[in-house]
Amino acid sequence: MKFVDEFRDAALGRAVAGEILSLVEPGRHYKVMEVCGGHTHSIYKYGVDDLLPANVELVHGPGCPVCVIPMGRVDDGIAIAEMPGVIFTCFGDMMRVPGSNGSLLDAKAAGADVRMVYSPLDALRIAKQNPAQEVVFFAIGFETTAPSTALTLKRARAEGVEIFSCICSHVTIVPPLRALLESPDLRLDGFIGPGHVATVVGARPFEFIPADYGKPVVVAGFEPLDILQSIAMILRQLAEGRCEVENQYRRVVPYEGNLRALEVLAEVFELRPHFEWRGLGFISDSGLKLSPAYADLDAELRFSVPGVRVADPKACQCGEVLKGVIKPWECKVFGTACTPERPIGTCMVSSEGACAAYYNFGRFAREREVV
Amino acid sequence: MAEQAIMSEREERILGIIETARGKQAKFRDERITMAHGAGGKATQGLIEGLFVPAFGGATLSEMSDAGEVDVDGVTLALTTDSYVVKPLRFPGGSIGDLAVNGTVNDLAVSGARPLALSLSLVLEEGLSADQLRAEVDTIAQAARTAGVEVVAGDTKVVERGHADGMYICTTGLGRRDQRASLAPSSIRPGDRILLSGSIGEHGMAIMLARGEFELDASIESDTASLWPAVDALLDAAGAGLHCMRDATRGGVGSVLNELARSSSVAMLVREGAIPVQPAVAGAAEILGIDPMYVANEGKLVAFVAPEWADGALQALRAVPGCDEASEIGEVRTEPPGMVLVETSFGGRRVMDQLVGDPLPRIC
Repeated sequence: MKFVDEFRDAALGRAVAGEILSLVEPGRHYKVMEVCGGHTHSIYKYGVDDLLPANVELVHGPGCPVCVIPMGRVDDGIAIAEMPGVIFTCFGDMMRVPGSNGSLLDAKAAGADVRMVYSPLDALRIAKQNPAQEVVFFAIGFETTAPSTALTLKRARAEGVEIFSCICSHVTIVPPLRALLESPDLRLDGFIGPGHVATVVGARPFEFIPADYGKPVVVAGFEPLDILQSIAMILRQLAEGRCEVENQYRRVVPYEGNLRALEVLAEVFELRPHFEWRGLGFISDSGLKLSPAYADLDAELRFSVPGVRVADPKACQCGEVLKGVIKPWECKVFGTACTPERPIGTCMVSSEGACAAYYNFGRFAREREVV
Repeated sequence: MAEQAIMSEREERILGIIETARGKQAKFRDERITMAHGAGGKATQGLIEGLFVPAFGGATLSEMSDAGEVDVDGVTLALTTDSYVVKPLRFPGGSIGDLAVNGTVNDLAVSGARPLALSLSLVLEEGLSADQLRAEVDTIAQAARTAGVEVVAGDTKVVERGHADGMYICTTGLGRRDQRASLAPSSIRPGDRILLSGSIGEHGMAIMLARGEFELDASIESDTASLWPAVDALLDAAGAGLHCMRDATRGGVGSVLNELARSSSVAMLVREGAIPVQPAVAGAAEILGIDPMYVANEGKLVAFVAPEWADGALQALRAVPGCDEASEIGEVRTEPPGMVLVETSFGGRRVMDQLVGDPLPRIC
C-alpha cells in the first residue's frame, strides 16, 4: 500500500532504533506515555517496543475512548437499547465494554436491536430507513470523533430526522492529561502526543505539558516508524535538556488544528461540569454534552435512563497503572478476578489496555536487554 | 535490592497463575449464547470444551479434529458435519451452495480422508424464490462434481418467513482415511515447518463487502474451493512427514494456529512477511481495522510438515492449481507452549492471541 508501507519499513526502523540507543543514557530508566489507544495498538501490532532498549519503557495512557467509559454510562446505553422500538447503534469495540450487568453484546443476545456502525452517518442512514423507530447513536471518543458526531447531528436537524438522537459520551483530551500530571506519584519522562486528536485540536493545546509540568511532548503519527521517531525526538529533547511540544505528524497535523472542525464542535457541544472516567474518577470539564440548541437530539433527555453512578470495583487499580505507579501484575485483582474474558477495569477491557496486553504477553514482555 | 527480589517472585507467581488458567480446559459459564460463541475464538472453545465434549465425551470427539473417525471392518471412515448460514446467499466468487460442499469436503480432506459422499439438509424460508433455490441446487451439483463427491441423502424443511435468511444448509460428509499419513494435532513436533496453501482473508472480506454495510468497493472474491487436490499433493510429497493439517475457515489462520499450539502444547513462530495477502484484502482490512490473520478462508489450509520434507511439500503444493502462492510461514518451537508468536515485518515480535469474540473493528 502506497503511503503506508513506507512507514513500516524494517530497515528504516532499525536505523531509528539505533538512533534511540545512542540517545539513551546508560543506567537511566525512561518512562514515556503514549496517550492514545491508537498508538498502543500500533506498538503491539508491529512489536515496536521490541526495538527499544529495555530501559525505555512505554506506559499506556488513558486515550482509549472505549475503555474510559464508566459502567454507569454503559448501563444507561443498555437501558435505552432494551426499550421497545429502539435501534441502538454504536462503534464495534464499544459493544464488548462491560457495564454493571453485562455489555451491549449481551443485551443484543438478549434481544435488543444493537447494531454496529463505522460512522455516526451510518446511524443516521439507519434512522432514515426506519422512520417508525427511534434510532440512538452511542457517541464516544475524543475530539477525533466528536466532529463527525457534530456534523451528523447538524445533518439530522437539517433533514428533519426527528427519531434520531445520541447519547453523548464524548470526552476531551487535555483534562485527563492534566489530572494525570497533577498526581504526586506520577513517574513519566515524556509524552507521545495523540496524533488523531491533534488533527482536530492541533498541537498547541499540549503546550501546558512542557510549560507547567516540564515534560516533553511529541505529537506522533500511527505507523511504527512514526512512533519510533517520536520516541527518538523525546529522548533527544531529554538529552539536550530541551522541553517543548514538537510535531512529528506534520504531514497530517497543522499546529493550530482544524479550525472548521473546532467551530462545529463549539456549535453543537458544550462542556459538562464534570465527567466520570473509568479508572480515573471524576474529572472537571472533561466531557461534552449537546448544547441547548441541540438538546432535542439528546437521548439522555429524550429517554429516561437510570443515570446511576456505578463505582469502579474497589480492588481495581487502573488509575495507578495508568499513572505508571504500579505495573499491571502488582494490581490486586490482576489475572485472578480481572481477566480479558471478564474484565473489571479499563486497562483489561480493550485488548491493548496495559493489563490485557501484559496478561497476553506475560513473560515475553520482559525479554529485552537492559542497556 | 531485597524488595526487588520479592517483587519479581510475586510477578513470577502471578504469571504462573495466568499460565495455569490458560492451560485449563475452557468452561462454559455464560448465561446466553452471543454471536461470540459462533465466532471461532475463546467463547466457541468454551462452548465446545465446556459443554459438548464433556456431554458426549467419546475418545474420538475429545480429539476435536475436523472429522471424527469410525472403524468399520478394518476400514477407517471419516465423518464430519457442518451448517452454512451465510448472508448474502450469493457473493463474489461463490455462494452458500459452494460453501456447503467445499466446507464439508475440506474438513474431510484436512483430516487426511478422501471425500466420498455428502448428505444435504436444506432449511428454506417461506417465500424463497424458486429461481434462487434452483441456482443453489445447480451450484451444489457442480461443486460436488468438481470435488468428486456424490450427494447420497437429503432432507428439506421450510420455516416461516423471517427465519433462516432465505436458506440454511447442513451437509454431512463421509470419507475414507488415506493410508499415506496419520494426521493429528498430537503429531506436531517442534521443528515442524508451517505451510500455508495461499493468500488469506479473501472469503471473509468478500462477504463483509458483499453485505454492503461499509460502502467500500473492492474486487475481492471468495476463495471457496475443494482442498482435496492440495491435500493429495501434500500426502504424495511428504507422506508420513505430513503431521497435521487444518483448513483456516472461521477465525482465520490466527485462530487455527492458536488452537493447535494449545492442543499440542507447542509454540509457533510465524513470519508476518511470509504470509501472502492480496493487496485489495490488505487495503480493505487496513481501512476496516481488521487483521487478515483472523479473517475467514474457504479454500486455504495450514500444514505442519517435518523439516526434511518441507521443501518438497511446498514445491508439490505450489504445483496445485490455485496454490501457486503457497508459502512456508513459520515453524514449531517448544517454548512458550500454547502460544503463537509473530515476527512482524517491521522487525518486532508480538503474541498473536486467540480472538476473544467476533473481530470487532476499532474506532481509533
